[in-house]
Order: sequence, then structure tokens, then C-alpha cells
Amino acid sequence: MSKINDLFKTELKVANIGLRSFAEDLKNQKVKVVHVDWRPPAGGNKKMIALLSKLK
Amino acid sequence: MVQDLIKKANEETMKRILSAQPTLVGIGVAGDVIPGMTSKTILHAGPPITWENMSGPLKGAVIGGLIYEGLAENEVDAIALVESGEIQFDPCHHHNAVGPMAGVVTASMPVFIVENKTFGNYAFCTLNEGLGKVLRYGAYSEDVIKRLKWMETILAPVLKEAIGLAGPINLKSMIAQVIMMGDEGHNRNKAGTSLLIRELAAHIINTSFSNQEKIEVLNFMNSNDHFFLNLTMPACKSSLDPAMGIKYSTIVCAMSRNGTEFGIRVSGLGDRWFTAPAEIVDGLLFPGFTAEDANPDIGDSVITETTGIGGFAMAAAQAIVQFVGGNPQDAINYSKLMYEITEAENNTYKIPVLNFKGTATGINIMKVVETGILPIINTGIAHKEPGVGQVGAGLVRPPMKCFEDALEAFVDALTEEGLVE
Repeated sequence: MSKINDLFKTELKVANIGLRSFAEDLKNQKVKVVHVDWRPPAGGNKKMIALLSKLK
Repeated sequence: MVQDLIKKANEETMKRILSAQPTLVGIGVAGDVIPGMTSKTILHAGPPITWENMSGPLKGAVIGGLIYEGLAENEVDAIALVESGEIQFDPCHHHNAVGPMAGVVTASMPVFIVENKTFGNYAFCTLNEGLGKVLRYGAYSEDVIKRLKWMETILAPVLKEAIGLAGPINLKSMIAQVIMMGDEGHNRNKAGTSLLIRELAAHIINTSFSNQEKIEVLNFMNSNDHFFLNLTMPACKSSLDPAMGIKYSTIVCAMSRNGTEFGIRVSGLGDRWFTAPAEIVDGLLFPGFTAEDANPDIGDSVITETTGIGGFAMAAAQAIVQFVGGNPQDAINYSKLMYEITEAENNTYKIPVLNFKGTATGINIMKVVETGILPIINTGIAHKEPGVGQVGAGLVRPPMKCFEDALEAFVDALTEEGLVE
């Protein structure tokens, strides 16, 4: 627990993957945040993911 | 194993595209020089389409083409002739040709002849008519036909003689220069047109034509910033054709639109088109027009993006970012994003503002489907009714379905061969 507590006592620097709104909320609270422009492969289309996996 | 096959095939595809040497070698008459052309053939932009499914601007250009050829006196005659079944429609792409917007080519039209000196193949394209009411946007009024006749009887013969005096013109080197001079080769062609005039002016003066005719030709070229587009396009077509038909290659070798559908062809999948309904262009419309007036995406000019210029080189063309509804940073972002879906950096077409990085070249269907990033296309907007002309310009993307269907067909082909389960 002590290590986690130490983490929250230091300045948070966040890399956000996923919903952009999470990053924006942190930014509004003056937390340093970098948003990673990430999306699931093939937009999450299972059929396309299966096709791509056959070629890799 | 299959990964190696794809890798090697894509390397060969890119080698062919990047080693192309498109060169302007002359001007001919479509019926004489384009393979498979007859007096009753009409070539058009995009994948195959029937008369019934053609959009307004393409129908208008077909009507104009038939009047220009003397096969019809007016619109009613032209439509009756088409409906009789006597006219054969075929994509420009099936005849080593490309055409901007409607892309209509008829037998008597003069065409640029571009040779890819590396592979000895040819590509053809009509001469650019200028802006406003022109055939390629579906206009077919008397002044449109008159201008086409002048192009056939004065413009083309003068330029043909001038090109003969100049000797072959290296288009690859010229396109590389125009990207350095603020053109992206699709929606901005001012630098290219200027360079071409500079290359040909003295030779035009030395032709056997009258001073009046020479002045008309130089004024016509000078009044039309897009004159060079009709050389960039066959340069790109001639660069991509030798890269078609490489087994196991996932590189796109043609993208095109007929105003109704968008189509792509993939090197490893032969001559097949993968199509989906064409999108509406997102851009700025000229005063007096609304989004309701816009026709869906049309033209073979997206051959430029397929070769790594046009929208892919948007960062080079800061002067027109507002014309297509963006800002300089957008242009840089578009060009950078295209590296995510392409196979190579171009070895000749380079962008100064990106520290002379080669443009993103060779669209890979696997990367498009995996990333969800679609090619960015910089294009003009035609009015949906025949006869009106250009109503704006902007950016558009192909439908994802074209790439998904192509990927599925590619995996099916490998499955049939027993290379994947």
C-alpha cells in the first residue's frame, strides 16, 4: 500500500488510452495528460480482425 | 510463409511504382492510339457503369461527347442513340487511359501520350478544357462543343508539333519540381502548368502555325491553372500499370470514381474492381450553391493519391488549404497520417515542410483495414445536374467497404490455394 500512497503524493502524469473524454476531464483539473490516439484494430470489426490474423 | 509471400510481392510492387519514368512523348487522336477504341466507344471515369446508373455530370458528358462526334444533333438524339444500345461504355482504366471528373473520351478527341520509359507501357489522357462549363463536369452547350473542336483543330496540332520539337519531356522530374513549388498535383496545378509553358513556349513559337494560333494556344494554357493535371494523371497511370497483377501483393494500383460508385483495384487481385457507393465531398462550395447541389465523388484524378501525391502531398500545397476548407496544420497532419497506411516513402516526390520526406506511397489494403485510416483525397465538386459545371472543392475519402471486400477476396484466394486455413 505504501508504494501506491507514495504515487498519489507525487505529481500525476497520465497517458490516456481510450476515451478522449477521460483525458479532457483530467486536463480540466490541471493534471498533466497525454492522449494516445488509439483505436482497436479494424475498428473492432471481428470479421476483419479474423481475416487480418490469417495474414500475420 | 504467407507473410513472406506478401512481403516479397509488395516489395516488387513498390519497386515497379518507384522506378517508373513517366515521359510525355506526344499527342495523338484517341481513336488511333488508345487500344480498343472505336467510333462508337465512350470511355468514362471510374469503375464500369451502365447508362441507367450514371449520375448527372457523367450523363451530360456522354451527351456532349456524342454531339461533339457528330453522332447526335442534340440531347434527345444522343439519349435515343444511347438507349438503342449502339454505344459501348467502358472505363478509361480498361484502355490504359484516365480522365478527370466525368472522364469522357470519344474517338476524335486529342490525347496526351505518356510513356513509362522503364517498362515501355503507355497511358493516355485528354487535354484539359479549363474551368466553368466544360464537358468533364457534364456541360454540353454549344460553347462547350465549340471549345472541344478548337482543341482538336488548333490546340492539339500546335502542341503536338511543339512537343515534337522539344523532344520527350520527363514528367517524373517535372512533378517532383512542382511538389517543391506548392502544387500537390491534384487540386493545385499552377506550378506544373507554369513549368510546362516554360518548357514549351519557345517550341510553340517555332511551330509552323500562324502567330494568332500560337497566341491563342499560349493564352489558353495560361488561363487554365489545371492544364498540367491532364499530364500528372497519365504520368501516375503509367507508373501504376506495371505494378498491377503481382500475385500476393496487397498494394492498391487504382482508385477511381464514376460519380455513382468508388472503385479500387489491388495488384494481387488482378483486374477486379471492389466498389461501394461514392461519398459526398466535404468542402467549400462556390457562392450560390449548397450541399444539395453537389454530385457524389467523381473522376479518375484520384490516380494521383494512388501514386502518393494529391491529398497525400497536401502538406506541400499550403496555398490551397483554405480552398478545400482546412488550415496549414491540417494539411501537414493529412500528409503525415498517410504514412500509416502506405508501404514506402517516395524516392522522388518530396515535401519541403516535412524536411524533404518522400510522400507516403503505395496504399496497403491490410493497413487501411487494420488502422481504420482511409486515404485522403483532394478533389473538385461537380454539380449533380448535367450542364452546370464545378461548384466547389474539398476533401473526401473512399468507402471502407472497398478495402474490406478486397481484403476478404485476398484471403479467399489464399484459402483456395491452401496457404491459409
